[in-house]
Amino acid sequence: MAEMMYRDALRKALADAMAADPDIVVIGEEVGRYGGAYGVTKDLIREFGAERVIDTPISEPAIVGTAVGAAMTGLRPVAELMYVDFLGMAMDQLANQAAKIRYMFGGQIGVPMVLRTQGGTGRSAGAQHSQSLEAFVMHTPGLRLAMPATVADAYHLLRQALTRPDPVVFIEHKALYALKEDVDLGAEPPPWGKASVLREGGDIVLVTYSRQVHYAMEAAAALAARGIEATVIDLRTLNPLDFDTVRAHVERAGRAMVVSEGAMTSGVAAELAARISEECFDFLEDPVVRVAGEDVPISVSTVLERGSVPSAGLIAETAERMLR
Amino acid sequence: MNKPMGAEGRAAGSNSDLLGLYRTMRRVRTFEERVGELFVRGQTAGSMLHLSIGEESAAVGVTAAMLPQDTFTTHHRGHGIFLARGADPMRMMAEIGGKEAGYCRGKGGSMHIADMGLGHLGANAIVGGGIPAVVGAGLSARHRKNHAVSVAFFGDGATGQGILYESMNMAALWGLPVLFVCINNQYGMGTRIDQATANTALHERAIAFGLEAETVDGLDVEAVAEAARRRVDGARAGRPGFLAIDCYRFYGHARKDKSPYRDAAEEEAGRARDPVAFARARLLERGLVTAAALDALDAEIGAEMDATIDFTIAADEPPLASMFRDVFAPGEPEPEPVRARIDRVLARD
Repeated sequence: MAEMMYRDALRKALADAMAADPDIVVIGEEVGRYGGAYGVTKDLIREFGAERVIDTPISEPAIVGTAVGAAMTGLRPVAELMYVDFLGMAMDQLANQAAKIRYMFGGQIGVPMVLRTQGGTGRSAGAQHSQSLEAFVMHTPGLRLAMPATVADAYHLLRQALTRPDPVVFIEHKALYALKEDVDLGAEPPPWGKASVLREGGDIVLVTYSRQVHYAMEAAAALAARGIEATVIDLRTLNPLDFDTVRAHVERAGRAMVVSEGAMTSGVAAELAARISEECFDFLEDPVVRVAGEDVPISVSTVLERGSVPSAGLIAETAERMLR
Repeated sequence: MNKPMGAEGRAAGSNSDLLGLYRTMRRVRTFEERVGELFVRGQTAGSMLHLSIGEESAAVGVTAAMLPQDTFTTHHRGHGIFLARGADPMRMMAEIGGKEAGYCRGKGGSMHIADMGLGHLGANAIVGGGIPAVVGAGLSARHRKNHAVSVAFFGDGATGQGILYESMNMAALWGLPVLFVCINNQYGMGTRIDQATANTALHERAIAFGLEAETVDGLDVEAVAEAARRRVDGARAGRPGFLAIDCYRFYGHARKDKSPYRDAAEEEAGRARDPVAFARARLLERGLVTAAALDALDAEIGAEMDATIDFTIAADEPPLASMFRDVFAPGEPEPEPVRARIDRVLARD
């Protein structure tokens, strides 16, 4: 076991994957000489050269489109979108091209690329640099979606994403880059597409992913002190979605809460709540409750920013009300 | 990839003598005429059909300059390019009609046809959508040292899209083996090029990015082939290029469009600039072939293309279950059908 930062685990995943597979190239704004806006690709250019760590102009659509063409012709590109908020710029290349090429072309070819980006609140970065847009991706057939919450997953999910045959959108959380955890990267990771059950308790299941995993764990600890035992499920990937694990635990506990930083309406939490309601109906003691982002843009004010997304306090308070 | 074998494509497109170019242009024109007929008969799927009649020299001249290892993307008006590259017209027509025997098993159709064997990385229904892929293919070629050029074909309408400029900038910046081919048929749907931009010398904007760029008259397929050879060879040597080919879209944007936005005199003048008729006249003028021989060739091509219609109408529809195939790679679980989910939800006690 060694202590490692989320950011460094990501960098190590890229470096290890690039060393193992000469067809992996990194392409994006400031990924080379600058080392990445959040330092994830720091020094990769020294190790692998400018032909494999490719600095681009500020051209998000063409960055993603270039990755699509490269992936179709034998490379395994990692395109970086500096903020998930820029997805709108690149959405045609992601949703109309990358996601649909295998299908439209009758299975002739896939697009084995990874689109690395980061989202979420926590840095007072304002409405255009703080969103949680995973629902856009999850709503698009043909895309895989990974959202690591832990340092170990930052490493393993990225390594796994770089072996997948289909496009993977890999959304990091900006507030987790400096997260330090003890990890043993030599240990066998859970398989791709499998959720992690981080804590087991018989009263309620908290289903979540990305940074909210940490809030859910904090809430679960607080609840335990008050005699309420919660299961916490980190989905790790939203596509594939490991609903079997969710179902098994919800059927046992009879209560489920879905926690997501994304805006509540039509969000990931809505999809999860609908599935739980449909598939676990006979086991539910209470309605499935969504604890999600407010339906508002994110403010620069830290008071408003914090208030617009779930907190450990809100999760714990909601669970207590459900069990009262 | 997926090495484009292309031997077949080369055979059809590389016949760079005038008779060969004429023959391929005639095949493109006749194919397009049959596409129109297929639609009129209404016996197959596929409602989005954009014909390239009047633009044959672009498809034929440029593909004649390409090598088997080269790749390309096209716009939505790309039948001619793919056919000239060596596509099987039967499988093309079947795809346009949404049939299982088509290149993409009926899932792609006219605007999403592709064939990795011929290096066709895909037609695109998003204007400009296929352009950046050639930058990626250019990066691959550089990385894999396979001396492949990647060509983006698009219309003048795509010159309104920012992604063209992003892509040209990146190709020039990195000196990639990439060629941008703008088939300027004067219209983006119903908007004439001079109603869409103040500077209609389209190659000038490519020069501004540092590309080697020129405009060629699409009336003369030999001139197009020669310019394309220059540009393809330049791209292969690491000098990315841009080639604008001036032509005229003889018919409407799509099938039902009767072109009310342009007048008859303009259409008449435009259609007089017919690259197929021009090549035919030149062949006769040079005494390379007799009119009777050309008539016989045309009739043979007519019969070949007639067969694509019968084949397509008779071809099988894709099986319904194929809907769930190829969303993801083979071996990955297929999406669960909605009906199966409903059954599961309602199966409770």
